[in-house]
Amino acid sequence: MLSTLFAAADWAAPTIDYHAIAPEIIVAAGICVVLLADLFIADRSKWLLSTVAGFTLLGAFIPVLTLALSDGGPRSLFDGRYAIDDFSLVLKGLFLLSAYVIVLLSTTHIEEGDYYQGEYWVLMLSSILGMMMMTSSRDLISIFVALEFLSIPAYMLAAWRKRDAKSNEAGVKYFLLGVFASAVMLYGMSLLYGVANSTLLSDLASEISGDLTAIRVLAVVFVVVGFAFKVSAVPFHTWAPDTYEGAPTPVTAFLSVASKAAGFVALVTVLYVAVPGAADVWQPLIWVLAALTMTVGNVMALRQTNIVRMLAYSSIAQGGFILMPLAVAAEGNSSAAVLRSVVTYLIVYAATNLGMFGIILAVSRKTRSGELASFGGLFSYAPGLGALATIFLASLAGIPPLAGWIGKFSAFQAVLEAGTTWGYVLAVIGAVNSVIAFGYYGNVMREMWMRPVPNGDTSAIATPAPLKLALGITGLATLALGILPGVALHFGDIAVFSSAFGG
Amino acid sequence: MDILRDHNWVLSVGTFLPLAGVLVMLFIPKAEEQLQKAVALITALATLGVGVYTLTLFNYDRAGEMQFVAQTNWISVIKSTYYIGIDGISLPLYILSMVITVLVMIYSWDHIPSPGNPKAFLMLMLVLQTGMAGTFISQDLILFFVFFELVLLPMYFMIGVWGGENRQYASLKFFLYTMFGSALMLVAFLALFFKTGAESFAIPYLVENGGAIAKNTQVWIFAGMFIGFAVKVPMFPFHTWLPDAHTQAPTQGSVILAAVLLKLGTYGFIRIAIPMLPDAAMEWAPYIGLLSVIGIIYGALGCLAQTDMKRLIAFSSVAHMGFVMLGISTLTSFGMNAAVFGMVAHGLITGMLFFVAGSVKERYHTLEIARLSGMLKQVPHLAWILGFCVMASLGLPGLAGFWGEFPAILSAYSPMEGLSETTFRIYMVIAAMGTVLAAAYLLWLFQRTAFGEPTAEFGGSTSDAHGHDDHSDHDDAHHSDIHDVTIYEWVAWTPLLIGIVLFGVMPNLLFKLIDPAVAAIVTQIGG
Repeated sequence: MLSTLFAAADWAAPTIDYHAIAPEIIVAAGICVVLLADLFIADRSKWLLSTVAGFTLLGAFIPVLTLALSDGGPRSLFDGRYAIDDFSLVLKGLFLLSAYVIVLLSTTHIEEGDYYQGEYWVLMLSSILGMMMMTSSRDLISIFVALEFLSIPAYMLAAWRKRDAKSNEAGVKYFLLGVFASAVMLYGMSLLYGVANSTLLSDLASEISGDLTAIRVLAVVFVVVGFAFKVSAVPFHTWAPDTYEGAPTPVTAFLSVASKAAGFVALVTVLYVAVPGAADVWQPLIWVLAALTMTVGNVMALRQTNIVRMLAYSSIAQGGFILMPLAVAAEGNSSAAVLRSVVTYLIVYAATNLGMFGIILAVSRKTRSGELASFGGLFSYAPGLGALATIFLASLAGIPPLAGWIGKFSAFQAVLEAGTTWGYVLAVIGAVNSVIAFGYYGNVMREMWMRPVPNGDTSAIATPAPLKLALGITGLATLALGILPGVALHFGDIAVFSSAFGG
Repeated sequence: MDILRDHNWVLSVGTFLPLAGVLVMLFIPKAEEQLQKAVALITALATLGVGVYTLTLFNYDRAGEMQFVAQTNWISVIKSTYYIGIDGISLPLYILSMVITVLVMIYSWDHIPSPGNPKAFLMLMLVLQTGMAGTFISQDLILFFVFFELVLLPMYFMIGVWGGENRQYASLKFFLYTMFGSALMLVAFLALFFKTGAESFAIPYLVENGGAIAKNTQVWIFAGMFIGFAVKVPMFPFHTWLPDAHTQAPTQGSVILAAVLLKLGTYGFIRIAIPMLPDAAMEWAPYIGLLSVIGIIYGALGCLAQTDMKRLIAFSSVAHMGFVMLGISTLTSFGMNAAVFGMVAHGLITGMLFFVAGSVKERYHTLEIARLSGMLKQVPHLAWILGFCVMASLGLPGLAGFWGEFPAILSAYSPMEGLSETTFRIYMVIAAMGTVLAAAYLLWLFQRTAFGEPTAEFGGSTSDAHGHDDHSDHDDAHHSDIHDVTIYEWVAWTPLLIGIVLFGVMPNLLFKLIDPAVAAIVTQIGG
């Protein structure tokens, strides 16, 4: 009967390239396995779930590799609404590996807390699946679905410690502002659809160009503002510090790295593929957002005494640096350099920031505190952790030869390559900000190296094995990407859309 | 050109060998302090050995060209390569950094500053050495930048952890100043890169093509580099971090800072800013000259006002680097020769002065000039060494300091064609007055600390007007510390003292090396 219905609607099943969407299928299967297994296994064996989640992510990484190595060129599914190109593959790889590190960071934390383990992993994997879909979406609807798919589990994760008022606050704030942002963006998208009569990004590109009418301008502004919430750009950042502070620390790591990166992926996709013709509208908007985000994030970070809150503001400021090159994306022939810089920055930022959260998790296991002062004298009694933390902080501050510098460098390079006066001004603002940033990163270093141990408690810190592994991976990545920055830049370089400006 | 590429592994080995030492030390437990020190010292010695071997291989007839050139892929996406080489300007500084590191290691054998932890201290010092050496051999701007920045963190921790009472403030100030400078410098590097066609970051390429940039743009790019390098030198008015950093740093840190780190700034001017942007250099030269002479006089007056010996030496660095920068600002071969010589001489002499200051502090637990007196009676060798360095520092002919200072002043008599002679002659007169002031503050320092009778506080004779027998008993703990130069100090210091005399008597040893390389650079600016 069903077949007759299809026949009547003249419907043909699309041909699906299963190799192309194998990573998504594996993660989806992993979600089902974790969900089902959670129902049947005893409480004391719940640790198995984190292992399943970890292997799911690593397993999904394999088809990403095979796709990257196959030389069929970019693959396109569902009438070009879902693309598997270098851009999406590099970012899928980034999301999967970051998620694996986050699993390592979470394992002990979730096991030791009185939480629902199974659901935690289900939600985390769902969110990752949303991110992976985001990298490939080339259609307004699939972008929106992917965005909600990755956001809704994240709202729940933020409120994970449900008996803790702060965690509830974190979840509610994140949820309300997130939904508001979605609404704004959706409104912008509906205007875009109204103008172009299509949701396919490449169709939009031809409609949104040349002489821009008010409605087109409004549509573009709304969409950009909606994404500005997601990437916590100032002045749409107000949810981030409270959410980051209240959420469980591994979730904060997840939000500040993976979720933020997903926001940037969506923003870049829309700007580059859908509305490159409206660059005159969004370039100044992003210029202002970037300058504000860097400056306000930095200045606020200087005032924090809680390390997670400080990292929240630091992550806002870092977002400003990622936005910075986008403000000149359509000038001259800088578009490739801009995209490279965004992707490179996301890669090094993920490695470094996850590492720093690993340090916070390790230290707070002993001190049970998120205050900056709890890092006092860390280097004297835990030199290994102290040295690693120094590496991460220096990398966040952008000091060579640690990974962070190549992110900052490529951002500056992209901005200057445009060669416009506005570009130069933004570069100088960025340069001044990168100095201010050292104020607070250096502050943590000072605590660790130069201040006394609080209460004279110099007992050792017991770092569980998964956390050690996570610190090892991120530490090594931070060093290696800094000394051989070509690696990160290479991935940034290949991650170019097939349909960038004029290309 | 093969001869210039022969043995090109020596520079890489000489630069990265210290990191191998760091790796080894990483696996030695913290408690094995003697072993840590031994490994660090052996690493430094081996590095110096590679340096000496470099000296023997260096082709002195072609000191004006880059030698031991090596170039391999590094960051091909941004057109930056691992490109190294060394010529007559870099060679003395490269070797100086190695010598200083070895001497500082020897000195550290029984002088690990509080709060101890030689493992971390020595590891940082080795990282620092890699950064310093790497800066002098880089032939690629990005590589230069990475090494230039590599020295920041170790120095920050060295001051901040092992420094004096006000160390945290001093270390942060040092860091923020330098970082501010280098951020703008990086922007300037990138602007230069794009303005030359975004082809390459190689220094020779940029030197060749930088001159074609419009003058107006050059001036702006130069401004960015100027701030980066001037903070490091430091030039007036960017010098305020230096007295704090020097005063608070542990002896080893002060020595390295004075002897090598400050030279990264002046080296940057000679190697990068001036040859790449010749038109801008012409525009900027009078202002650089002005800031230099202000630095000379300001530093000297600052010295006269100091009550702390170490702080006085720090201010004297501002004055001395003023002479170096004055020489550079003339843009003549003569001036730059003087400048490079001045850099080496200042490294030897001021490094030595900081060693002495550190040892005085260790013995007397104070560096307050008013409380020190009669050192010649109590610690004659130490006091004589101080006297010797003071003489060298004030530019006594026959010692190394003279050859940095005197020709620099002289060079201002006839600056490069196109620069105002009158202006530079006025600078010359002011700088000459600076040498008088230098003699004043240095001799005054020596007089007050070394002459006279030791004060009662430090166990001077009881005939002292304020001294009482019972009082000196009370201070017994103090006197036991006061002893003359130890064997470690002799070993660490003798090479510097010999160097000061040797280059004072035979300046040609260095000039012969520097001159062709400087000539090659001056040709770039059309002089």
